[in-house]
Amino acid sequence: MTMAAMAFWLFAICVIAGGLFTVISRNPVHSVLWLILAFLSSAGLFVLLGAEFVAMLLIIVYVGAVAVLFLFVVMMLDVDFAELKAGMAQYMPLALLIGVILLMQLGMAFGVWQFADEAQALRGAVTPTDAHNTEALGLILYDQYFLLFQLAGLILLVAMIGAIVLTLRHRKDIKRQNVLEQMWRDPADAMELKDVKPGQGL
Amino acid sequence: MIQADLNIILPEILLALYAMGALVGVVYTGKDKMAGLLTWLTAGVFVLLAIWIGASGSGENVGFNGMFHDDAFSRFAKVAILLAGAAVLVMGQDYMARRRIARFEYPVLMALATVGMMTMVSAGDLIALYMGLELQSLALYVVASLRRDSVKSTEAGMKYFLLGALSSGLLLYGASLVYGFAGTTQFAGIIQAAGDDNLPLGLLFGLTFVISGLAFKVSAVPFHMWTPDVYEGAPTPITAFFATAPKLAAMGLFARVLFDAFGGVVSDWQQIIALLSALSMFLGAIAAIGQRNIKRLMAYSSIAHMGYALMGLAAGTALGVEAMLVYMAIYLTMNIGTFAFILSMEKDGRPMLDIDALNMYAKRSSGRALAMLFLLFSLAGVPPFLGFFGKLYVLRAAFDAGLAWLAVAGVIASVIGAFYYLRIVYFMYFGEERDALDPPRSPMQQVLLMVSAAVMLLGVVNFFGVDTAAQAAAAALLQ
Repeated sequence: MTMAAMAFWLFAICVIAGGLFTVISRNPVHSVLWLILAFLSSAGLFVLLGAEFVAMLLIIVYVGAVAVLFLFVVMMLDVDFAELKAGMAQYMPLALLIGVILLMQLGMAFGVWQFADEAQALRGAVTPTDAHNTEALGLILYDQYFLLFQLAGLILLVAMIGAIVLTLRHRKDIKRQNVLEQMWRDPADAMELKDVKPGQGL
Repeated sequence: MIQADLNIILPEILLALYAMGALVGVVYTGKDKMAGLLTWLTAGVFVLLAIWIGASGSGENVGFNGMFHDDAFSRFAKVAILLAGAAVLVMGQDYMARRRIARFEYPVLMALATVGMMTMVSAGDLIALYMGLELQSLALYVVASLRRDSVKSTEAGMKYFLLGALSSGLLLYGASLVYGFAGTTQFAGIIQAAGDDNLPLGLLFGLTFVISGLAFKVSAVPFHMWTPDVYEGAPTPITAFFATAPKLAAMGLFARVLFDAFGGVVSDWQQIIALLSALSMFLGAIAAIGQRNIKRLMAYSSIAHMGYALMGLAAGTALGVEAMLVYMAIYLTMNIGTFAFILSMEKDGRPMLDIDALNMYAKRSSGRALAMLFLLFSLAGVPPFLGFFGKLYVLRAAFDAGLAWLAVAGVIASVIGAFYYLRIVYFMYFGEERDALDPPRSPMQQVLLMVSAAVMLLGVVNFFGVDTAAQAAAAALLQ
């Protein structure tokens, strides 16, 4: 067995185990940790496929942002997971039925699956040979699809303006920080020293 | 390469830069105090761009590997969109200021929505189509709920957003099927894959979903449910905007997809469009009869008018596209005038949108009543006015294309629809005496009402050359 094949089996088993334990572990925090393992292992699979850019994206976006956000949500919010899982036995037959149907469909699709003659060759030549795939993606995104990329930016701008327009309220009855005022505060005005005689009070 | 491409989309770039510059500039200066000024400035920019596009553009330029088409068709649509947007901005300004909803983001969002619309009518690629559509829609969802303290306005925005997202989903599903079966997202490639007759089943499926998504945007029956609620709930100037420029942009996009990508298989989509058209005309005509709120009434009226415009598309000929463009240009003018009137319908400073409020209006302000009479007759399609000639154009196009049944249906629907327009005229001239509405306050609304009413009468001489431009536009699309 070559090194690559061994790495593939290792990562593949980790992904499946991670996915399984995400679903069945009792503690939600453990679920998220298993999920992170699944993400990391799939990033490894992408590296094996030669898609290192997607692999890094998966780690930065999913592990770095999404999973950590999940972890915060799970830890901060007081969600009663036991109650959420209470109806599990009731819906189990239906869920199993759907699962079996999906499995049968997958089996049927697999039974009639045919590879086009040139598919294998095309899959081997996804990346241009003279550029690694970060560069290749960049060329497509910023050159061929330049217009669409910029339009997507405009759409995000509209989304941002919209969120601010519809939700920002200037409340007048709350205290706000005024940095300059704080900085220019003079101890002489702010404090007053009193000479308190013992046993007398103010 | 990029230099030549950028030159083609220069108007869009300038408008987007203007919007961003205005946003930053106003945030750091007067904020909402500058809203009035910014509204006028934006309208001015729209008019300048319209003049520039109308005067300078020539020939057909394709940029960004076929994603962006600048031809006579897109220029016609862009000029109309920009002028309609400018008219709506200036006539709504006074209304927004007095309702305290004149926020500086409003003109900025309108400018960005206009960038989206300009991209829509120039799209030569399924992704560009979707990007333009989404840029336009997202800005419109926000402005629909601009009066965020009002339940109706937020309801309008929410409904529009949810149903718009659903229609985008339909459109994207169709687009992905088309991509899967054609192997390309570019219209130029799709038209080759589609061939000249008998569309492959997968492409037909995709096309049907794309048409459903677009029919939602033009509010054609059976995808019209959102229209009355959104029109009623949104602040009136924004309703005026919904009823004008986005409708033309969506129609332009419709024509682009049907002719640029599926022009070889007219017989495959003709029946779908013809059915949408017939249903829209009848539902618009019949459902409006029960409406007392003039904004809801105008919503059903716009559904009916979209039916007629779709009739032009259903013809599938150059004459049909020309008729659709002429019809839309007339429709925009009529709606701008009508909404200029609706904006000024107030009693004691509050909007009064019940059509009963117009009882005996003619006795108190005969000039405005007469202008409204011209517009309503034109909307109904009564002969000496411009609206009649718009209808005549589409009916003739449908008849020439062998859709005689559709033309007959159109005539019947227009007779039914005339009832509710003429009822408003009846209220204005022969109704019972009621409390008077406030005298109009905004001179801009007055000017736009009078100008569009005058256009309804004077336009019959030569359409102000719009039909010649529309002919060139249709020729550019069908070549």
